[in-house]
Amino acid sequence: MKRMTCPVNGPRAISEFVCGGEIRPMPDPATCSDDEWADYVFNRNGSPGVKREWWCHLPSNTWFVAERDTARDVVLRTYLYAGGA
Amino acid sequence: MRLPPQPGEWIDRSQPIGFRFEGRDYRGCAGDTVASALAANGVTLLGRSFKYHRPRGLLSAANHDVNAMMQWGGTPNLRADATPLDAGMDLKAINTFGTLARDPGSVLGHLARFLPVGFYYKAFHNKRLFPLWERMFRAMTGLGRVDFATPRLRTPKRYGFCDVLVVGGGPSGLAAALAAAEQGADVALVDEHARLGGSTHGATDRVAQVLAHPRIRVLTDTCAAGYYADHWVPLVERGRITKMRARALVVAAGAFEQPAVFRNNDLPGVMLASGAARLIRCYAVRPAQRVVVLAANADAYAALATYAEAGIEVAAVVDLREAVPPQQAALATARGIPLYTGHCLLEAVPTQDGKRVAAVKLARIGQPTAVAELACDGVFVSVGWAPAAALLYQAGTKMRYAADVEQFVPETLPGGVHACGRVNGVHSLASRLADGTRAGSAAAAYCGFGSAREITVPAETESPTHPWPIVPHPRGKNFVDFDEDLQLVDLENAIQEGFDNIELMKRFSTVGMGPSQGKHSNMNALRVLARALGATPGEVGTTTARPFFHPVPLSHLAGRGFSPERRTPMHQRHAAAGAVWMPAGVWQRPEYYARAGETREACIQGEVLAVRQGVGIIDVGTLGKLEIRGPQAAEFLERVYLSKYAGLKVGMTRYAVMCDEAGVVIDDGVIARLADDHFYFTTTTSGAAAVYRELGRWNTLWQLDCGIVNLTGAMAAMNLAGPKAKAVLAGLTDVDLALPFLAVREGRVAGVPARLMRVGFVGEWGVEIHVPADYGTAVWDALIAAGTPLGIRPFGVEAQRLLRLEKGHVIIGQDTDGLTTPGEAGLDWAVKMDKPFFVGQRSLAVVAAKPRRQQLVGFALATDHAGLVPKECHLVIEGGDIAGRVTSVAWSPSVRRHIGLAYVRPEMSAVGSRFSIRLSDKTLVTAEVVKTPFYDPDNLRQKESVEVEARPADGVAVPIRPALGGRHGPLVFEDASANPRAGAKGPGAAVWLAALGLPVPASPNSWLPFGDGLVARLGLTEFLVEGAGAARLAAPPAAGVYPVLRQDTALRVRGARLNELLLETCSVDFAALDRAARPVVLTSMAGVMITVIPDDDAGTPGCRIWCDGTWGESLADTLAELADALAPSPIPATQGGTA
Repeated sequence: MKRMTCPVNGPRAISEFVCGGEIRPMPDPATCSDDEWADYVFNRNGSPGVKREWWCHLPSNTWFVAERDTARDVVLRTYLYAGGA
Repeated sequence: MRLPPQPGEWIDRSQPIGFRFEGRDYRGCAGDTVASALAANGVTLLGRSFKYHRPRGLLSAANHDVNAMMQWGGTPNLRADATPLDAGMDLKAINTFGTLARDPGSVLGHLARFLPVGFYYKAFHNKRLFPLWERMFRAMTGLGRVDFATPRLRTPKRYGFCDVLVVGGGPSGLAAALAAAEQGADVALVDEHARLGGSTHGATDRVAQVLAHPRIRVLTDTCAAGYYADHWVPLVERGRITKMRARALVVAAGAFEQPAVFRNNDLPGVMLASGAARLIRCYAVRPAQRVVVLAANADAYAALATYAEAGIEVAAVVDLREAVPPQQAALATARGIPLYTGHCLLEAVPTQDGKRVAAVKLARIGQPTAVAELACDGVFVSVGWAPAAALLYQAGTKMRYAADVEQFVPETLPGGVHACGRVNGVHSLASRLADGTRAGSAAAAYCGFGSAREITVPAETESPTHPWPIVPHPRGKNFVDFDEDLQLVDLENAIQEGFDNIELMKRFSTVGMGPSQGKHSNMNALRVLARALGATPGEVGTTTARPFFHPVPLSHLAGRGFSPERRTPMHQRHAAAGAVWMPAGVWQRPEYYARAGETREACIQGEVLAVRQGVGIIDVGTLGKLEIRGPQAAEFLERVYLSKYAGLKVGMTRYAVMCDEAGVVIDDGVIARLADDHFYFTTTTSGAAAVYRELGRWNTLWQLDCGIVNLTGAMAAMNLAGPKAKAVLAGLTDVDLALPFLAVREGRVAGVPARLMRVGFVGEWGVEIHVPADYGTAVWDALIAAGTPLGIRPFGVEAQRLLRLEKGHVIIGQDTDGLTTPGEAGLDWAVKMDKPFFVGQRSLAVVAAKPRRQQLVGFALATDHAGLVPKECHLVIEGGDIAGRVTSVAWSPSVRRHIGLAYVRPEMSAVGSRFSIRLSDKTLVTAEVVKTPFYDPDNLRQKESVEVEARPADGVAVPIRPALGGRHGPLVFEDASANPRAGAKGPGAAVWLAALGLPVPASPNSWLPFGDGLVARLGLTEFLVEGAGAARLAAPPAAGVYPVLRQDTALRVRGARLNELLLETCSVDFAALDRAARPVVLTSMAGVMITVIPDDDAGTPGCRIWCDGTWGESLADTLAELADALAPSPIPATQGGTA
């Protein structure tokens, strides 16, 4: 993957972006157990497959969502975040 | 020797060139390669082999010869078969002991049986002998000599764009390029040789058609050296790399002719038939007088005519095949050439000096005894081909072994990747042309140009490649790999030792791991393994050559190495004051100010003293400076910082610490409340960019009603501190300086709108003054002028670090690390766990329930301590174990002791307890835990200042900026930074601008003219207004509008060759932008974030560039340097292959 399409700025070289990691719903801090919280904070799922990730186009500071198949190294689609984790 | 002129030869006989090789003078001509010029002079010994130092000569003459590499001065590993001859070259063969002609290293050949396969692994297995072997191997092997005095070369790199990239300018590549271009695609055609035509040596009218085609760019002498995702292909030219972004790729890379394996098959004079043909046809060189042709395909017979024309006597054709098609056999017999079918070469016999072939011994295939010995000075080998499929493999192509052509061919190609010609298993000329047309058409159609033509390419009638061109010999020296001197027996032994998988065999034997990356060895090695396993080559499979699969000078990869630096607006003032610079992330900051005759330490101590006793000023413009506005701004800050801000009074500031979700301290700063819904806050220098980005992400997630603006570069900032600071400032500002500690006020300083924050970081009465960047220098000048009678001194980062250490303040990142929690760093007081939520809160609750791991404490050495002192990161030792580490340490002139901060175990942290620190010399020194602050423990001094009467200062500051315009090379730079400009962003910005009477561009990233200026829409909801409209943005912002202070550097660059500059610095294809849509591009240029608007002027290409003013000088310098370096005449987009 050497190209990423920013929903606002269009396709650009991957060097114009940073990846903010997978979009993972935060467990309710008030009710979750320490183990659940630690799992959220420290564990990441590295298995290949389709991931929903935060990406940021740096020159415009635009955060958006990229759906990426890490097994095939292709970006499936990108779009602006519209609520809901 | 040189032949009479050949039709279409590549050399220019009217331009003779003199050069030296191994101390002797020779002459060649323009257009020669080093190897062809030497061949023309009858020199056939070009190098020594890697391991046994055997004499070697030309093999492929096609840029793949690894035993003909030369050193010229400091430049190692010039490939003689591809490097153009240069006047004044003084060349030596690499990897020789003594001289090329007399190389005592060749004795190693007799020791071959003591150097078995896997020798390195076996030798280095013994730890004790490792150093011995290493020394020996380093001395004996190696490729060239590195000159460590070589200066840093700044090699250009550029981006390139095309629809269809065709790799290979042979018949199929030419046909593909033409077919794609005819359908309307923009085509780039690359070939690693000096001219197009491939194996036809230019004898096809398609070369002229391609060169004349307006939509085809031709790059010769250019190697497509790798494939990266999304059709990104590095094109390596002699002087630079082009990073070509194609929409579709046609691999027409052809095939590497393969050597046959027989005893002494490496003697100079034994070469590939294609190499011989290249010498004759392209360079008009006769490589030998009397040759034996080793054949296994039609190519061998077709070339007989060429040999005859060149006056080469063919002693015999020895064909590995039992049955030779009659029309091929006829070509030999018609010339009276003896034809031996079903025969092989048992061995080549060297001349007496061993440096050239003198004869060959023939045998029937499978028979160990020779039937004839034929005298010859050359052997032309024409037994088969291996596809040049590296790009296809790297692109993820699934390959299969096609038995009908005895080679791997693509089975499943990834989308947009096409293959044609020999690499696709298509060998006869007519078929290659048809296959090229098919692939070119399909590639154009893939990009949306026309539709793919239905073309059926007939199957080959016979295999051009022999499945087993390998002849064993009891005395060996039948080389499979010329790079690594691997003989047939070496591979057989590797297999016997259990390395019977292609990947294992490669690693153990190193076959294919030399500079040619197996171009001439992988296929034969694979056949050896397949036969040993009783498997087909397809079952054995191949290894994949990584990109770049062809060697590239490191200077090409390093490129120009853009390393832009950020400078605060007062940069020139610091330089004039003697600043000694230190990098602070991307910034350059004064470490201290050098004074004539004073040591570094004395200067720093002097600066400290000035702050403690008089007044000092430090540029803190590198701090991150952010602004947040909106009804939910306070709530947002409470979510991302540890403390509470909802209750912070307007006009006051509060220290702010930020944690990540794991509860680790990541940043700190000061938050100032300017209004109920308006905060201004700082971050650390190094954290600024990441914090701004992360805050943006949080609010994308939370969608709170507030907006964050990054003013890091737009605001200059300085900290004026010391007992006399108030006196300096008093006459310059309308702000009442009776303002309490931690207060913030907006007012004017030297007539400039400013934000004043009463801070105590250095422990004296101090005020941070933030002003728009354009006025930073003027305000600095005014403060220095007012302070000069009071002895003001600018102080640098080192003095500030010492001053804050005396106050016990931590620096995030120095006194904390990636695991430090607020409590460990003594910042518990800033954590408000009773808030509903903040980032890291839940983790800190977990941490709080556990015993503390470590505690940051202040320490001091004995007052009379002499000798070594601890340094940062020195370890705290307790009972022989590591119990912590020192994070900061310095001699404090104020308390007259060595003081520092260190992490220790919590039970060691009580004031008065002692611990040991291990010094550089491994001795221990005792330190005592001391209460912080070390200096002024009751914090009295930072609250009070010397009262003085205000002295009115004169004049009002004006903007001071570096002038960045001028003419550079063919381009004209104009500095437009003085134009009025303003910005706003937020969901209400578009409506607000319209209400102000400004035109609002309808689509994101476009602009509209307004008066003498413009309104540009940056992304969805941000606007930049330049020129007449800017003043209107001074109006009070409406709801959902966040004003953006713009202090950008604005450049206009013009000139016919602007695009060359853009291609060298920016990955966006500006040529492809639709000017009519008035595009705005937010991208990065030479490592700097920029906004660009293409702005052609009456046909002359032009653009406007805006960047943060603190990057401006660095970017302008880089662009000017590149513009100056643009060659006097444009590098032609199309390089003609023929004269």
